[in-house]
Amino acid sequence: MTEPFIRLDGVSKTYRTRGKEFLAVSEASFDVAPGELVALVGPSGCGKTTLLKALAGLHGHDGGTLRIGSPEHPFDPARDIGMVFQQPLLLKWRRILDNVLLPAEILGLPMTESRGRARDLLALVGLTGFEDKYPYELSGGMQQRAAIARALIHDPKLVLMDEPFGALDALTRDKMNLELLRIWAQSRKTIVFVTHGITEAVFLGTRVIVLTAGPARMADNIVIDLPHPRSFDLRTHERFGDYTRRIYRLLGIE
Amino acid sequence: MSGKSDALHRYALAVISHLLLVVAWHLFVTLGKVPKFVMPSPYETVHALLVPNYRWLDNMAVTASEIFGGYALAVTVGVGLAMLFSWFRWLEMWLMPLLVSLNMIPKVALGPLVIVWFSYGIGPNILIAFSICFFPIVLTTARGLSEVEPDLLDLVRTLRGSRWQIFTKIQLPGALPYIFSGMKVAAVLAVAGAIVGEFLGSEKGLGYLMLQVQVTLDTAAMFMAVILITMIGVVLYGLVLGLERLLVVRDARIS
Repeated sequence: MTEPFIRLDGVSKTYRTRGKEFLAVSEASFDVAPGELVALVGPSGCGKTTLLKALAGLHGHDGGTLRIGSPEHPFDPARDIGMVFQQPLLLKWRRILDNVLLPAEILGLPMTESRGRARDLLALVGLTGFEDKYPYELSGGMQQRAAIARALIHDPKLVLMDEPFGALDALTRDKMNLELLRIWAQSRKTIVFVTHGITEAVFLGTRVIVLTAGPARMADNIVIDLPHPRSFDLRTHERFGDYTRRIYRLLGIE
Repeated sequence: MSGKSDALHRYALAVISHLLLVVAWHLFVTLGKVPKFVMPSPYETVHALLVPNYRWLDNMAVTASEIFGGYALAVTVGVGLAMLFSWFRWLEMWLMPLLVSLNMIPKVALGPLVIVWFSYGIGPNILIAFSICFFPIVLTTARGLSEVEPDLLDLVRTLRGSRWQIFTKIQLPGALPYIFSGMKVAAVLAVAGAIVGEFLGSEKGLGYLMLQVQVTLDTAAMFMAVILITMIGVVLYGLVLGLERLLVVRDARIS
């Protein structure tokens, strides 16, 4: 068996605000194999964003060990992370192509090469022809596609997504779910995806980590054994229903 | 597209509204038989330009250089100081409250002091214009530089981006709309500041000329001076708007 790309073992994180301690993540332990799409699902305050930020190296953790990378898949924390947030956060004054290029500029990658790559990525996310538009000329869904292209420009090994489709309407969201699966299959990235949509988590994930709030706790680690490529027919699949019911039950919704 | 004809339409309306004001002014003066020393007609006002003693061009040049000089100084110092504030938080915490208090000083009240310290002339009037229009620029620029999405900072941090990269790629371009909104407010104030300076003490300039012709009750010349001062202000404002169009993407502009 190949070594996991990410290994969390008893990871905890406590925040201190005004003298009070707040346990945001406790005892999170799971492995992620290279090329997996893992969904972290749970209610607000369950620590899923905290966990994501710990993976991004944006803040430390108090207990346990968190390791990313393996001998076959070395990981450079400075350039192997791509991030997508709930808001597209495109720079209003840059054209779409230049927005996608931002990480390449920060890392000082060769520009002519990156420019070609940015065009390819915009094609991958379905934005050919929009390279020279400004963000305000694009719909919310299209802006989020551009943000996904931006997260891939420096060819990171790990893409972290924090409720990337949470601000979109339901129809666009469904469409973006299919798009993400296609992009994931083509780019073969390892993706960790935070959501509070249970069906979204089961539909997208090769694995779903269920987190509960108050107190923060990792409740389950479910391998989603459903075939790829996936389509919406899958939602009527018996096992799909089993998985979602199991997660609803874990989160106390029946 | 209708964009171009729409703009043309708006320009036409702007010109017509200005012309209508002149017509209304003319009708008010002639039909109301208003004496010339109370309110001259538009024709009499323009006629005042022919009095060589008034040295219109020289006076206009002086007033314009005070306005533009004070304004340029305020933009440079204002934007510069706000940048320092964003780099050194402690500096902002020390100086900002002080600036807020100092801004409450009625700058007109400082005029006599400025004259005691620096005597008459273009320089002191530039200082008065500067002191009046500097604060809004600092305030809006500082605000703009601090308005950065925390998630965007996280994105740069995961790439180990430097503080300088954050400043040049995110903070400064993001602050531009705010800087321009401060600059537009400041343009109006700079004009007022320069004229206040000339009223308090000067030997040149359109404000100085107004005081001179007040003695002889040449109201037409006073009207003309006011119109010229306004026109200098309009040119300044127009330049700022033009620069904003050039540098700021339409969606990001703040009116």
